[in-house]
Amino acid sequence: MSKPKFAMYWSGSCGGCEIAVINIHEKILDVDANFDIAFWPVAMDAKVKDVEALEDEEILLCLWNGSIRNEENEHMAHLMRKKSKLLVSFGSCATEGCVPGLGNLFPVAELIDTAYTTLTTDNPDNIRPQTVTQVPEGEITIPAMKDRVHTLAQIVDVDYFMPGCPPESHQIAAVIDLVIEVLQGKAELPPKGAVIGAGHSTVCEECPRQRNLKAIKAFRRIQDVAPLDPELCILEQGVPCNGPATRSGCKARCPSVGAQCIGCYGPAEGVVDYGARLITAFASVIDSRDPEEIEQILDGIPDPTGQFYRFNLADSLFQAGAPAFKKNEV
Amino acid sequence: MSEQFEPVIICFTCNWCSYRAADLAGTARMHYAPNVRLVRLMCSGRLDPTFIMKALSGGADGVLITGCHPGECHYIEQNYKAQSRWLLLRRVLKGLGIAPERVKLTWTSASEGTKLTKDINSFVEEIRDQGPLAWHKNLQQEKQEKSQHNPQQTPVEVTA
Repeated sequence: MSKPKFAMYWSGSCGGCEIAVINIHEKILDVDANFDIAFWPVAMDAKVKDVEALEDEEILLCLWNGSIRNEENEHMAHLMRKKSKLLVSFGSCATEGCVPGLGNLFPVAELIDTAYTTLTTDNPDNIRPQTVTQVPEGEITIPAMKDRVHTLAQIVDVDYFMPGCPPESHQIAAVIDLVIEVLQGKAELPPKGAVIGAGHSTVCEECPRQRNLKAIKAFRRIQDVAPLDPELCILEQGVPCNGPATRSGCKARCPSVGAQCIGCYGPAEGVVDYGARLITAFASVIDSRDPEEIEQILDGIPDPTGQFYRFNLADSLFQAGAPAFKKNEV
Repeated sequence: MSEQFEPVIICFTCNWCSYRAADLAGTARMHYAPNVRLVRLMCSGRLDPTFIMKALSGGADGVLITGCHPGECHYIEQNYKAQSRWLLLRRVLKGLGIAPERVKLTWTSASEGTKLTKDINSFVEEIRDQGPLAWHKNLQQEKQEKSQHNPQQTPVEVTA
């Protein structure tokens, strides 16, 4: 009997999700024992035409990581959706847009200008990438950038969401175990659209630090607070910590070792807009009633939009900054 | 320009003061611009920035927040919380490219029907000057393009 097929594809992302999957150590043998790997460009050689040759829904499980940044990403998203029975939006880029999503604050032309004209870029002829280029052998094309970054679910129908930048390896292992148990008839799949491989509360809930009433007179960057109290809530010490709005599941890795939560697990359950929830959380701990003093305290957060939407802009209520809606004028 | 732009404005009012002020304006037959849609909350402190973002991304051109005067909150100090949130929200909106002036906070007590109508009218004019916020239109356009080539799928079942 042939084994069910497994696929993993990356689009606009850094590759950390792939590493996280490899990082499940000997569990990866379970994947091999139970699945036939149909397509996984990072780990093995297979071509897009091999996937195109498959029957619809022949791939049982496809983990998709990466945001939809260009036309190729979008094309592949439609292809993998067609060929996969279970499509999992894997990691923060696919689920929320993540750091690539911050590109939504600028028009594409400006992003390209920045990339090709910085001081460290040697580009005297001011060359820009072209989608179509004529060479002696013929015409070559590269995919065009889309006006803005989308999440996977904004482009195709997604079955499950797995947050994290990247998802924690123990969570990945648990999800793979679950799918194997489902195959063996020992467990049932969660309802479609569910968030898997993560907790149901906030990072604060898992955080071992002591929490008291928060009353903050100044926000400071973590390197400016020395030394950070190892026992006390980080936000209480005036360092912007995204824990109050971030989904649990990582065992509060960062706060436990003295770094603030930056929110890579995305919005906690029930949060409509991650940034809005953080605005509530941060504003409510400010210990002042005087608008001028509040403004001074807020100056301690130099880039509030980046602070609150570092991982979540493409999936927020606004989805993008105003400039991204201007059409691509490269 | 053939027609005058009529902004859509959502106004969040506090049950204890500004909503009463709007009531008073009504019984006293004061007039205010019809561009505004009142939403009654128990307190300006109930105002989650999500509401404002939802309004702006869903078609509103401006949001007016009204609360009790400082020191007069029915729940002691929740209007101060609203004030802090509003100040922080303005900074985030600016980062997104939305003029912070599109979200305004005013204090109105239950007896200030005149002040409320004046605040609403002047805010409507301010937003009229700002012009439409095209967010909703942009998002809708994309949604339509998406639905054209992406029919919804039915839930799947997996068997061994």
